[in-house]
Amino acid sequence: MGKKILIADDEPNIVVSLEFLMKQKGHVVRVVTDGEAALNAVREFGPDLILLDVMMPRMSGYDVCQKIRENHAWAAVKIVMLSAKGRDIEVNKGMAVGADAYVTKPFSTKDLIAKVQELLGE
Amino acid sequence: MSDRTRFALALAAAWAFVLATMAAAALLVAADLSGEEQALLAPLAREHAPAVVLIAALALAPLALILRTLFRRYVAAPRQLAEDARIILAANPAHRAPLRGSAGIRRLAESVNQLADANVSLRHDVERRVREANERIEQERNRLAALMSELAQSVIVCNIEGRILLYNARAMQLLRQPQDGAAAAGKGHSLVGLGRSIFAIFDRNLIIHALERIHDRLRQGARAADASFVTTAPAGQLVRVQMAPVQGAAAGAGAAGAIDGITGFVLVLDNITRRIEAGHRRDLLLQTLTEGTRASLGSVRAAVETIAAFPDMDKEARDRFIGIIGEEAQRLSARLDQTGSEFADSLRTEWPLENMRGADLIAAARRRIEARLDLPTKLEAVDETVWLNVDSYSLMQAITYLVSRLREEFGIREIRFGLEAAGQLAHLDVIWTGAPLGSETTMTWQTDSMNAGGEASPLTLKQIIERHNAEIWYQIHKPSHREYFRIAIPLTRPEESAWSAAPGVESRPEYYDFDLFHQPGQTPEQDNRPLAALSYTVFDTETTGLQPSAGDEIVSIGAVRIVNGRLLEHEVFEQLVDPRRDMSPEASRITGIEHSMLQHQPTIDKVLPAFRAFCEDTVLVAHNAAFDLRFLRLKEDAAGVRFTQPVLDTLLLSAVINPQLDSHRLEAIAERMGVNPIGRHTALGDAIMTGEVFLRMIPLLAEQGIRTLGEARAASQKTYFARVDY
Repeated sequence: MGKKILIADDEPNIVVSLEFLMKQKGHVVRVVTDGEAALNAVREFGPDLILLDVMMPRMSGYDVCQKIRENHAWAAVKIVMLSAKGRDIEVNKGMAVGADAYVTKPFSTKDLIAKVQELLGE
Repeated sequence: MSDRTRFALALAAAWAFVLATMAAAALLVAADLSGEEQALLAPLAREHAPAVVLIAALALAPLALILRTLFRRYVAAPRQLAEDARIILAANPAHRAPLRGSAGIRRLAESVNQLADANVSLRHDVERRVREANERIEQERNRLAALMSELAQSVIVCNIEGRILLYNARAMQLLRQPQDGAAAAGKGHSLVGLGRSIFAIFDRNLIIHALERIHDRLRQGARAADASFVTTAPAGQLVRVQMAPVQGAAAGAGAAGAIDGITGFVLVLDNITRRIEAGHRRDLLLQTLTEGTRASLGSVRAAVETIAAFPDMDKEARDRFIGIIGEEAQRLSARLDQTGSEFADSLRTEWPLENMRGADLIAAARRRIEARLDLPTKLEAVDETVWLNVDSYSLMQAITYLVSRLREEFGIREIRFGLEAAGQLAHLDVIWTGAPLGSETTMTWQTDSMNAGGEASPLTLKQIIERHNAEIWYQIHKPSHREYFRIAIPLTRPEESAWSAAPGVESRPEYYDFDLFHQPGQTPEQDNRPLAALSYTVFDTETTGLQPSAGDEIVSIGAVRIVNGRLLEHEVFEQLVDPRRDMSPEASRITGIEHSMLQHQPTIDKVLPAFRAFCEDTVLVAHNAAFDLRFLRLKEDAAGVRFTQPVLDTLLLSAVINPQLDSHRLEAIAERMGVNPIGRHTALGDAIMTGEVFLRMIPLLAEQGIRTLGEARAASQKTYFARVDY
């Protein structure tokens, strides 16, 4: 059964793959390329899960994540953080601000899909 | 009472006595006579009365003559002799008492002179030995100076009050005033000078913080400790400063004494501007390299895996993925090429992070917060074994800043600290309750420039966190209702070798023993300090005339420094000033300054800030200081500086020492004190002469019980001259 997935990343080349893969799984996909647009999309689109890049223009993934977690209405939204920053310290921070998973680039698409399906309960 | 009045009174008394005697004789005779005899004599007496009055009046002249001789021989002569003896004793040992007065007084004067001779020869003997000893010390100092001049680093030695005792030429070069205004126009005055304050160069808090850290380490039993920090020099260079304590002779004896045994500190400065820039560039390169590579690889891997997972995708989709792979591969090669070429000349970053126990950092932060923000602090669980690699000053500033914003904006009444190890990281928590923050708030706090406890920093919290390779975030622990900022910092191993294996105090060379170290007290207690122990700037100004209010201007300022009872003739300030008006011929004649000499000189608003920096933290001395100060005061606003330090006036002090003398002109005082007038009527020449005179006044003042700055100022105020309105 299809779920709504929001992809927030400013790297078009990774977005192409993510979008393709999610659609193949039968999900409805929306793509945004900066932090503020991501917040707006959460409001309008109401995604079940967000693939959230940390390094984005206007607002970082950390800040977007923290803002989503401040709103109780969005408590059920799953957040998977994607980042080229791979140090412990950043993973630590990502989980602390409320991400459900933190995935470091480059990642295995198989693992990512498995993670997404697991979080969506499928 | 002056001698003249004294004499007049004595004469009046003597004459009154003579008159009284005559009158008494006449009355006695009159009382003895019978009625007829009286009747017979009365007309006679009346007839001869004018003659009697005349005789009485005439008696005044011989009386005055006799009295004057007596007065000179028995009153004035001993008093002059006492004055002469005082001059010999305190000011000018070569002075001899002239022989005058009675034979007894003359013999006394001869004896005084003989004693003075004996004293001179004794003094010569002592001086010779002192000279020999000084020569040996001088040799050792020269050796040290030669050693220091060879060093590639700048070195400054200060006493515990921050006064500079020793420095090398490199320090002088590094710490020049910014090259604009007065500095460019004059000699580019260096901020470094003997007896000057290091706090005019570096932030007082930075130095005090480093000293406290050294104290802490010594208290923990380290045999020697040092501290380092990075700061900016006045001209903007980034300077890495290493501080080592100078410990007193008693320091080696016991651990407890060692803490208070610090009598000064040595600063070794290193200009790291270039290295830091290179370091930043390297960090940036490394970051773009790793993060860029990860991102590109991520795209490539995802594309490849997608193609592999869906072999029957349509051609259009497949071409798109292959295009992505090619594009990212090219981007990767380009990035590697660029990094390779740029990285070659980047050096290792030199931002000095030092190893420190996390618990010590928290203790220091608590002290600071309690002192500056007046906010109680507590400890939660603190892991004593956690060691961090930090720039403790900036990190403490960051913590203080966070707490001050919490207090100002949310009225937090108590702050607690926690510290735990978590894998390769340490979690330093700043904890409070009852004021949840929004993410907007935490975001702006991180990027605002920091300002806390009356101290502003050019850095932002974010920059400081980045400098430590750390992260900071805000979290709520719902079960306990605690909110906290967590600072995650990479853990480090305790490095005992960093300081405990450093050479002990004993290995310090002997010629570290400078007398200037023994200067107790701080500036607020200045008034209680002995005159001989203070640092002075003696100055003089030359002007176009005597009326500042009528448009007269300063044309020259000269100043010289007195440190530890020595006039430092090589540490002088001398600057001509463009008065932006004509010199009268009269003024040119007196000062020897022609109008043409002033045309390309800086104006007073440029010169005063440089002069203010020269006399930072010293007591001002001038002859007839009120005059010079009136000129300075009128220019304070234009120059944007204030001269607030205490002032001593040699004219007033001379009046304190010799109240009965009329002339307190500088030349007259100099002559009395045995000071050679040289280079008179140049500002610097007069300043030097005033300085010499002032130095000789210090023992004379001490004789009158005037020993401290406060006493000297009080005595000056009481003199007649102080009440004259200039």
